Amino acid sequence: MRDRAELVIIGGGVLGLSLAYHLARMGLGDIVVIEQGYLCFGASGRNGGGVRQQWSTEDHIRLARRSVAIYRRLAAETGFNIWFRQGGYLFLSRDAVAAATLERNVKLQNSLGLRTRLLSPAQARRLVDGLDTSGVELCAYNPDDGVLFPWPVVWGLARVATSLGVEINTFCRATAIDVQGGRIVKVVTDRGAVATSRVVNAAGGWSSQVARLAGVELPNRPYRHEILVSEPLKPFLEPMVCDLADGTYFSQTMRGEICGGLSDPLEHSSLNTSSSLRFLSRMSASLLRLLPRLGGVKILRQWAGYYDETPDGNPVLGRTAGVEGFIQLNGFGGHGFMLAPAVGQIMAEWLLRRVREPLVERYGLERFSSGQLQRETLVIG
Amino acid sequence: MGKVIVCRCEDVTLEDLRQAFAAGHRDLESLKRFTGLSTGFCQGKCCAAHAGRFLAELRGGDDMVCDPTRTRPLLHPTPAACFAAIASGEAPDQEDA
Repeated sequence: MRDRAELVIIGGGVLGLSLAYHLARMGLGDIVVIEQGYLCFGASGRNGGGVRQQWSTEDHIRLARRSVAIYRRLAAETGFNIWFRQGGYLFLSRDAVAAATLERNVKLQNSLGLRTRLLSPAQARRLVDGLDTSGVELCAYNPDDGVLFPWPVVWGLARVATSLGVEINTFCRATAIDVQGGRIVKVVTDRGAVATSRVVNAAGGWSSQVARLAGVELPNRPYRHEILVSEPLKPFLEPMVCDLADGTYFSQTMRGEICGGLSDPLEHSSLNTSSSLRFLSRMSASLLRLLPRLGGVKILRQWAGYYDETPDGNPVLGRTAGVEGFIQLNGFGGHGFMLAPAVGQIMAEWLLRRVREPLVERYGLERFSSGQLQRETLVIG
Repeated sequence: MGKVIVCRCEDVTLEDLRQAFAAGHRDLESLKRFTGLSTGFCQGKCCAAHAGRFLAELRGGDDMVCDPTRTRPLLHPTPAACFAAIASGEAPDQEDA
């Protein structure tokens, strides 16, 4: 392991690696990445692969749009097939309030160039064969959203970054961040120390723990989120289906599996990735309510990952007051994969050129003490 | 050696494992993800032990042991309707696996 680097990134998930990838391509390859497990160990290896542009804030819509554009060319850039399939996202609302939210969001999304449109329940049934829309008020559909296979994205970013000089250390845990006179001087790991003046906290569900190594308190908290896959079926389901009433979402992967999860209002913050019968039964019931004909389809496997949640549903980016060189890149609350390509690119430009970046300033850690919060309402699952 | 299939559900061969190892995947969790090993209908019940032994061989040395992948439910593929029937809105299941 190198003993010094321009930059150390803690967390080898999609955000840390997207940053490393973009920095290395811009000429800064002197980076050490520290990953506590294998690549894909955290949420980047545990999510459902949904990539949507239907959001409720302008920032998220723009970032997701830019990310989709990058995903469309990422297979060619990295040499890994990421199995990106743009089958769209179909949102279902079941009451007047949720329907009004969809109407408002679609207007905003259209004004930013998305092809989202409102659909009646009957139109939604034509899109998804066998969809039970009883109780559904209104739907929103964007044909350009999609699903991908998360693992090759992570490997692809890692491979290119490594070829450009980035050192990725798996099964390596950061144990201390040495801060002297308000500046970062070194990161200590269980495999040795790296002298550096800049550390990026891209630790996802563990971001609050990592911040504490530098004496910094983040408002982020990890929440378990469970998910399951079925046996593979012939392709029949084009869009990802999302029910706003209970946060159910499911799609068909390129391998043919139905993959999905749902919100659990009783879930409390914890670092727990066990699987529960409660989830398995609730998800099965919700899935069959929407697609009754799947009753005979066998569930193959269930697992869990973390949503790294912040109080306003937006990420934490940029500098940390009081600790010079400590950079936050976390708090993506279950949609890091959807935004990582664009955010990694923007953060890389910001770090290299040292220019003002409005996005990084808006989502700085200080907002939680200054009260300038802009809430993202479309966090699903 | 001819084509030896280790994972029959996902058609993963010994050569696939060798290549994944050469690409830097040196633990069973990574091999599983990189090759698709153990992710099919049997969920590793038929292949994980063989793959583990082969991985230990590739690693060399005296230590012929490697950590298994984490075992996840379900024990056997089961129709969604069976679980939908037991769904309830009650308190979380206290016997998490």
